[in-house]
Amino acid sequence: MAVTLAGFGASTLLVCLLAPLVGSTSINLSRVFDRTLPLADNVDAQVFFVARLPRVVAAGIVGAGLALSGAVFQALLRNPLASPDTLGVSAGAALGAMLALTAHADFTLLGVSVVPLTSFAGSLGALAIVFALSLARRRGTSSTVLLLGGIAIAALLNASGRFIQYLADVTDTFKTVQWLMGSLDVGSYAPIVASLVPFGAACAGFATLPRVLDLISLGEEAAEARGVDVVRAERVALVSASLSTGAAVSLGGPILFVGIIVPHIVRLIVGADHRLVLPASALFGASFLIACDLVARTIVAPVEVPVGIITAIIGGPFFLWLLFRGR
Amino acid sequence: MAVIQRQIGLKAKSSGLIVGLAVALSLHPTALAQARRVISIIPATTEMLFAMGAGDRVIAIGSYDHYPPEAKKLPRVGALIDPNVEQILQMRPDLVVLYGTQTELRRRLERANIPYYSYVHKGLGDITQTIRSLGTRVGVEAGANALADRLEKQLADIRERVVNRPRPKTLLVFEREARSLRNIYASGGDGFLHDMLVAAGGIDVMGDVHRQGIQMSTEMVLDRSPEVIVELRYSPEDVSSTDMSAWNRLASVPAVKNHRVILLTGEEFVVPGPRVGDATRRLAAALHPELKW
Repeated sequence: MAVTLAGFGASTLLVCLLAPLVGSTSINLSRVFDRTLPLADNVDAQVFFVARLPRVVAAGIVGAGLALSGAVFQALLRNPLASPDTLGVSAGAALGAMLALTAHADFTLLGVSVVPLTSFAGSLGALAIVFALSLARRRGTSSTVLLLGGIAIAALLNASGRFIQYLADVTDTFKTVQWLMGSLDVGSYAPIVASLVPFGAACAGFATLPRVLDLISLGEEAAEARGVDVVRAERVALVSASLSTGAAVSLGGPILFVGIIVPHIVRLIVGADHRLVLPASALFGASFLIACDLVARTIVAPVEVPVGIITAIIGGPFFLWLLFRGR
Repeated sequence: MAVIQRQIGLKAKSSGLIVGLAVALSLHPTALAQARRVISIIPATTEMLFAMGAGDRVIAIGSYDHYPPEAKKLPRVGALIDPNVEQILQMRPDLVVLYGTQTELRRRLERANIPYYSYVHKGLGDITQTIRSLGTRVGVEAGANALADRLEKQLADIRERVVNRPRPKTLLVFEREARSLRNIYASGGDGFLHDMLVAAGGIDVMGDVHRQGIQMSTEMVLDRSPEVIVELRYSPEDVSSTDMSAWNRLASVPAVKNHRVILLTGEEFVVPGPRVGDATRRLAAALHPELKW
């Protein structure tokens, strides 16, 4: 187990070290770390510290956050099609972003600009609805009910978003479409630092979950027979996965493919033990998205491809290969 | 992109870049008589018609047409993606000015035997060409030619004035997420914005990329290191000074270092119509403040 995780950790570390060195422009590393030059005169350092590094870190957080919440939702709902958007959290985030873009809202909080702020607020709103749903859920209700309830919330929030788009001016509609395609070029560290707060809280929740999720995936009754407080575990899982999705989507936009496929890829490699699946999903999700973003920003430079297109084009065939190899 | 969409009143459903727009001026073969009841649903052609003196022949305009003020009294019949065909037919126009991609509207006009003028915009030079050909079609040739001559002279004068001035490397931004450097869209080497920038005596730092709009990463802005950044906005309400200070993060960019990040607001920057001469002059004044404008 330790070896497998070390392998994932090492490859993530490698990607993290490599990605900031490569880009559409070439930079001189000795100039990047040349302290004698003021930052304002050092283009190489600016490219490295202002353009690339925040982007790599953001990709890491978004990838890890989406993959973790996907893995948890899939185990909790015992459904391989569950994803970070299943319970409507990213639909809530999208609605928040659309409202800000359409209303031309203009404010910042602790250096974070308006759109990430409102999209995180939107994801919290969706989380509140999901949480109320889980409180209303009695013992004996199947996870199918939670799943369908989540799909209904997502549909409601998506419809509200479309209605806003329908009412909006053309330029605002275009901005919304842009936002929905996702972008990791965050351009400053403030939104990254801000997203670490909910993401950290989510990780603290995830840390309590591996054994419980293993038992829940065998069936709720079996889990209860072994002394698991299923309802409580479910709430922790819901809140953590939603917080992590909210943090990821407000930082990078809805890059959904990562959240549904990365946990499956990881399970195909490491098996079903959640003590492995959760950390490996975080590490693989991070390195996968960092690598995809690297491709997105270099493949047709100087123009960029939206990263969500790359994640699907690279991840789709790779996942198919894993599914069908050796059969 | 949004600017391009604003120009033609398009509601974007995908962000696929509009590439390969070519000037395709086609005249409906059946009717070439003078037009007395004209419907124009594109902001640029509406402005052209009024400026060439055919305003009294225009009976309806598009949802996004805001200029000139006297046009605003006219009924609106939809725009690029939502033309109200029923209303258009009901008004019995003898010419409908539409955009080249509106194939469905074109088909229905053909069925109703109503002539149309199909317009697609591209570069600065194509604007005067469109003015002349639209004027001929409507039957106000003299007014149209005078307008086109005036515009050509205005642009030639601007080119003349900046010809011996140093040409600053300029980034022309027309879209950006509020208070951040995310989702920056800039003009590439195609289209009237690029042509305006060149005419105003600037070098387009993205001129080598043959597109009308390019999504810019912060890395690309740093790499191209523009000496001037001009940000265009449709209306003054869209902008605040703190919003403009987002650029300060890119401290090594000469435009930021030398405080040459300039905001220009106005509809004339997004509608490729007769006001492009004024827009180019304002752009030239921003790039060459040392000259008297």
